[in-house]
Amino acid sequence: MLTAFVLLPIFSFLFFLLPKKFQPAYNILLTLITAAISSRFALLVISRGSGIVENTQMYFWGSEIKFTIDLLSAFFILVVNFTVLTGAVFSIEYMRMYKEKKFTDFSFHYFSFFWLLYSMLLVCMFHNMVAFLVAWEIMSVASFALVIFEYEKPEVIKAGINYLVQMHIGALLLIIACILVYNETGNITWDGLTSYFYNHKNIPLFLLFFIGFGIKAGFVPFHTWLPHAHPAAPTHVSGIMSGVMIKMGIYGILRVLFHVQSDLLAIGIIILVISSISGIAGVGTAIIQHDLKKLLAYHSIENIGIIGIGIGTGLIGVATNNDLLSILGFGGGILHVLNHSLFKSLLFYTTGSVYLNTHTRIIDNLGGLIKKLPHTAILFLFASIAICGLPPFNGFVSEFMIYNGFAASMISSTVGIKILIMFAMLSLVVIGGLAIFCFTKAFGIVFLGTPRNIKTESVTEMKWYTLFPQYLILILIVTIGVFPKLISKLFFDLAGMFTHKTIAIPENTMTTISSISYFVLIFFGITLLIYLLKKYFTRNKIIEQSPTWGCGYTGNADKLQYTASSYAENYSHDMDNLLNLKTHYKKIEDEDIFPEERNYETHSESLAEEKMFVKISGSIKRFLNKLAFVQTGKTQHYILYMFVLLIALILLTIFNVI
Amino acid sequence: MILLTCLVFPGIITRTKSIASGRKGPGLFQPMLDILRLLKKGIVYSTTSSFIFKIAPVIYFSTILSAAFLLPFNNEPGILSFQGDFIAFSYILALGKFFMIIAALDTGSAFEGMGASREALYSMLVEPAFFILFASFAMFTGHTSFYEIYNSIYFGSYIAIFAGVLAAYNLFQIIMVENSRVPYDDPKTHLELTMIHEVMVLDNSGFDLALINFASSLKFVIFGTLISNFFFTPNLPVYNGILIFIGIQVLFAIIVGIAESFRARYKLRNNNKAIVLLTPISILIFLSLLMLLTNQY
Repeated sequence: MLTAFVLLPIFSFLFFLLPKKFQPAYNILLTLITAAISSRFALLVISRGSGIVENTQMYFWGSEIKFTIDLLSAFFILVVNFTVLTGAVFSIEYMRMYKEKKFTDFSFHYFSFFWLLYSMLLVCMFHNMVAFLVAWEIMSVASFALVIFEYEKPEVIKAGINYLVQMHIGALLLIIACILVYNETGNITWDGLTSYFYNHKNIPLFLLFFIGFGIKAGFVPFHTWLPHAHPAAPTHVSGIMSGVMIKMGIYGILRVLFHVQSDLLAIGIIILVISSISGIAGVGTAIIQHDLKKLLAYHSIENIGIIGIGIGTGLIGVATNNDLLSILGFGGGILHVLNHSLFKSLLFYTTGSVYLNTHTRIIDNLGGLIKKLPHTAILFLFASIAICGLPPFNGFVSEFMIYNGFAASMISSTVGIKILIMFAMLSLVVIGGLAIFCFTKAFGIVFLGTPRNIKTESVTEMKWYTLFPQYLILILIVTIGVFPKLISKLFFDLAGMFTHKTIAIPENTMTTISSISYFVLIFFGITLLIYLLKKYFTRNKIIEQSPTWGCGYTGNADKLQYTASSYAENYSHDMDNLLNLKTHYKKIEDEDIFPEERNYETHSESLAEEKMFVKISGSIKRFLNKLAFVQTGKTQHYILYMFVLLIALILLTIFNVI
Repeated sequence: MILLTCLVFPGIITRTKSIASGRKGPGLFQPMLDILRLLKKGIVYSTTSSFIFKIAPVIYFSTILSAAFLLPFNNEPGILSFQGDFIAFSYILALGKFFMIIAALDTGSAFEGMGASREALYSMLVEPAFFILFASFAMFTGHTSFYEIYNSIYFGSYIAIFAGVLAAYNLFQIIMVENSRVPYDDPKTHLELTMIHEVMVLDNSGFDLALINFASSLKFVIFGTLISNFFFTPNLPVYNGILIFIGIQVLFAIIVGIAESFRARYKLRNNNKAIVLLTPISILIFLSLLMLLTNQY
């Protein structure tokens, strides 16, 4: 089994030989095989309930590279495999859009696609930190290659470079952290962390890891690559990146958290505060986005925030010996990893279907698509309800667990923790409310009403094989939402790993979880009953179709509709300072008798990006520009530099300086 | 019980309002008769709308009915009672709102978009207040389900009474926002530009409108139940409980009616600030209850 897994990369080179026609099929085949093999490891771990170690007989830097898969790795492996598989199937139809692209572009795309999957699996499996970093780096580079698929567009290249640079800043921090650990302990595996944390202050090293992984995960203020990279990438890639790749950051944080020895409370509070800010900032900015994919990218930041809130509260629970809080916090947080990977990838795929048909992602232009794309609309609707955390879908289950953890800590903990948890709860509620606001807007404007600024004649529903993976995701979303008890044990086990002791799950927590099923089923029952009643009552009634009531006005109704911007207007009006909203328009002057044509434009730039990154990188750039006088481009000058350097070196050796 | 009370509830409000303004007013059952009349009518669907528009009233109604299942009554737990059910309560109501909002957008009318946007914003702003309020109760009583909270709540000292008064005020305001009443919204306005909830259902007719109206009165009574539950003392016989329940509901309806009669509506722009204000009040309740707890232990 292991040999097969190690040999897999060889088959990825076949993409450069196969003709364009067979590549999608081969891609699915290869993804399927990779997923099957790695899932087998994962399922083995889950069924056994304990980790496995596979020896590879391969040596790197003096120590053998082992595949170490514990419950946490197994969970992430399964999540990665499922999402990547659905992405691969979805890509068949989506890639047809790029018919005119070159053969090598396709080969390279699929090649990177495989390597993204493979490196993510390796990230989950490697125990050796150097090997881990190598896999981590492959992951960044492969995703970079996937993002810049449409490299002929300048904004895509710009987003790609932005992404690559930020990933390397993150990787640099991780490398520094690993070197620190290796220097102190001489141990290059994750276990070295335990002895390091045992002997040193925990916060500095943890922060180093947290920022390194946080850049990948997209915590505010390290989130600035997300809103650029996601819109630039092809849709199935954004789905995978947002669904699972950013979760590798979460995986890393969780992996480090295993070994943290002290300062748990402080670290928990740090994570909680940063996550709360991420959540609110993410969804708050998402509301006013005009680009549908950018909106979804900001929602990834929000959901990372929710996951972080779960992890942070779980850690606080561990620190304060509040078992219920730690179990529910970690359990809810990790469950949200799975949930987010499901509904976010589904949202991206459906957005891809919309883009494929209309060639626009600007929300204000769309509208009325539900009649042309009924399946896509329903999928998008269910995914939006799930992402808002509303019952009866899966998002509700994880948020409910986190809320229950909050409630548990309200009852038994110190005053300070209570106040802290209250604010965490406040932020989670605000996130939920804003998400509802945002997704009623997104779904309502994109799919409902009448088309605003697009031609819908040529819009056709996606093929069945594209819809199939999406419905598969939907089934999982509903199953988790309706029968959370089926999977909750796995997540309580996962959470138990962090408390360093086995906690018997309190009886009433399990009953609570199953009560959700009853509640949801009652809700379904009532809905069905009322629907049948409606059918019964209206069976003999006249049902008419007539235009929407327009207050007596029957002009061009399409132009009169509410748009996304107007929907968000009374929100953004109160928030414009926080959102850094910029408007561009020309005022109508008093002497304008015949006004010319005018434009009104608003856009929001991320406050953190502008204040932190653009300013800092701007000043670095200015400083480096001043140094540019040495770069003259004349060969004589360069020879002169070398001569000066040589003289300097000779002088330095003479005076024994070096 | 809730179903029965909601039959006359809006009638009482209207009656109180008319008496306060010196008119005779319609009978107590008029709103229900209106609903019955609507049930007999046919339905007109907009050509713009899709199945969302048809299904939304059904879901709206059933979310509110399922929320009612969670509420306790007279020391009896609700039909379904579990830890943290107040979270489920709030979220299921939000689901109903979600569908009403997208149904409003489905018609493609500018007015309904306006109403949808406002409703979404206001319910978003009011939610934290509700949550913090019940989280404070949860902390205060040491339980996390409606039934247990109500069963073990007690107001023994001055701070508790202070918190109780604040909580009552806050809950009242939350109810006014959630049910779109004066001062946040006036269900009797006739100008689409200033309506919130009513403008969202402009295009609904017949059975759908009946469902929505019925659901609205049901929702009012559900929130009234949240208040009346505070008055059930332990070991109260069932018939006393019913009497108290009806008494409180009637009183609540009259209070709402009086409040609506003597109060002007907020300017729309100021609504946001007024609603956001409820959250700090909730936090205040939380902190005062916290003070109380720390003094005790």
